[in-house]
Amino acid sequence: MAPLKVLVGVKRVIDFAVKVRVAPGGHVVQEQGVKHSLNPFCEIALEEAVRMRERGEAAEVIAATVGSRQSQDALRTALALGADRAVLVELPGAGPEQGAGPGAGPGQGAGPPLVAAALAKLVEREKPQLVLLGKQAIDDDCNQTGQILAAILDWSQGTFLSRLELDPGSSSVRIQREVDGGLEQLRLQLPTVLTADLRLNQPRYATLPNIMKAKKKPLEVQPLEQLLGGPVPPPRLRVLRLEEPPVRQGAQRVESVPALLERLAALGRI
Amino acid sequence: MAWCGAPRAARLRPLLPARLRCGAGRRRIASCIDPSAGLTEEQKEFQSIALGFAAKEMAPHMAEWDEKEIFPVDTMRKAAQLGFGGIYVKPDVGGSGLSRLDTSIIFEALSTGCTSTTAYMSIHNMCAWMIDTFGSEEQRRRFCPSLCSMEQFASYCLTEPGSGSDAASLLTSAQRKGDTYVLNGSKAFISGGGDTDVYLVMCRTGGPGPKGISCLVLEKGTPGLSFGKKERKVGWNSQPTRAVIFEDCVVPVSNRLGAEGQGFSIAMKGLNGGRINIASCSLGAAHASVLLAQEHLRIRKQFGEPLANNQYLQFRLAEMATRLVAARLMVRNAARALQEERDEAPVLCSMAKLFATDACFEICNQALQMHGGYGYLKDYAVQQFVRDVRVHQILEGTNEVMRMIVARSLLQA
Repeated sequence: MAPLKVLVGVKRVIDFAVKVRVAPGGHVVQEQGVKHSLNPFCEIALEEAVRMRERGEAAEVIAATVGSRQSQDALRTALALGADRAVLVELPGAGPEQGAGPGAGPGQGAGPPLVAAALAKLVEREKPQLVLLGKQAIDDDCNQTGQILAAILDWSQGTFLSRLELDPGSSSVRIQREVDGGLEQLRLQLPTVLTADLRLNQPRYATLPNIMKAKKKPLEVQPLEQLLGGPVPPPRLRVLRLEEPPVRQGAQRVESVPALLERLAALGRI
Repeated sequence: MAWCGAPRAARLRPLLPARLRCGAGRRRIASCIDPSAGLTEEQKEFQSIALGFAAKEMAPHMAEWDEKEIFPVDTMRKAAQLGFGGIYVKPDVGGSGLSRLDTSIIFEALSTGCTSTTAYMSIHNMCAWMIDTFGSEEQRRRFCPSLCSMEQFASYCLTEPGSGSDAASLLTSAQRKGDTYVLNGSKAFISGGGDTDVYLVMCRTGGPGPKGISCLVLEKGTPGLSFGKKERKVGWNSQPTRAVIFEDCVVPVSNRLGAEGQGFSIAMKGLNGGRINIASCSLGAAHASVLLAQEHLRIRKQFGEPLANNQYLQFRLAEMATRLVAARLMVRNAARALQEERDEAPVLCSMAKLFATDACFEICNQALQMHGGYGYLKDYAVQQFVRDVRVHQILEGTNEVMRMIVARSLLQA
């Protein structure tokens, strides 16, 4: 059983516990001085890859991200959580913090098509048999990168994973996906792109010794242009306006169902 | 949002009642009391794991541990797996080899989850360090690995019924008989006593005063070693406190740490770090209390307005925040001095302990006051922070003794 090489795509996002504010100008959220962390679904994907390595199913786990120079801290966290080495594909020009990201994806990062293109180039270079991603990022909720990457590579894809098993012989995986209708079991031939959902595993904590060891693990920085071998394509999306949700109005109580229907009709809702 | 089942949210139960919104609540941007200000990237990582551990593994249980007086062995062992069992112990015997400042940051973070448990962990860490630093190679290898993993727990035994602040007047005697010592006497108020495995006992092997004191390592189960009743305390209820009694208790000479007569010095050096750690625990509790107060002021309305619109309360909160930051600076300054082995470090540690434990108790207490009647209910975490930090002004050297140490250093010729 030849151990696999696994590429894990991760993203640095605003920490889930932060109360997000729209920056003045109304096009981006405030990112300066705000706590960031590793996207939770990416953490789950990474945990799965590290477990595969600990079981001897994987030989090497590479963590990769496409972002500004600051994304290095997400990669260091990934290294502390068990990745063997890390690659930062660096976005050119003004950082997303200034609201001028080149891909101008809704999450102010590069956006799924550009990230997928970059990861595809890394796949070409590193030749992993398995790519693991989080199902979506918690800032833009796109849920596209894994799917687009599989299409570019013409590989099979398994999204929303809640279970992953490598078949003996290492040429296929058996997965369970959480879909609207319930749970779906599939067998996919390697190489494949998989995206992790919440219940795939419970990620570990980084330990103090591992954080120290992570400092010695290789972290490579590759400019995006260099990786793509050409100019970075212009943004496909432009954010027109970003607003906070409207302040919650008080609710109205009604005494009966007919009264409710009457009130809804009066408001033009039915 | 589809991510609302994200792992950390799942760990933290998205709709936390007020009592649990300690360090884990919604954070404002660029907070002036942010404890990660000025830290290196690596220190922020340590802090981040400790905060995450505190929020997930400790905060949800702190009330139960207090009420039922549970010594949370399993949780502490989980913490030890992350490296928190011997934070400043050398790596060759299982420690994490971090600095005093790193340690302070970690205990401050853990304390937001449960101050009492973190305080015990800091005592355990202090004992592990003492063996690591003053023990022979054989002793280090014998005791440190299982202490760092918290397979075994440790207690620090200095105080006696007759000697608290006047620690050097301790009476527990250790008579040399061949290649053993025979101990007689008792220790009081020992944290972990009766439940822990390894006891660092300061006892008299020589004449009166500090120079006659040695440090012996005893293991639970040694004949002649017994324990008093479990004390009923106002706080620190997640750690048992008992008297430790020695009746013709025989201990091999090979269990002595350092030389005969070196025990008091070892004990005091342990306490330098211990004082920073206890002060750090106070910082964590105070930080958590400020966040609770901040939240309460926003939510609670009286006289038609949120309490946050009341200038007196605004000023009060501002003072609490200011003193918290001042205390944190004192503690971190002392930590740096200690790790740099500066001469004035022990005095700075005493100053930091004095300042921070006093200031943080006041902060927690004022936070309770801001909660009004709710602050007095055990459903709300703030009262537990108040009760838990109260004792920090007393142990590891009372704040009065801290003043003695500072005065002596200023007025000695």
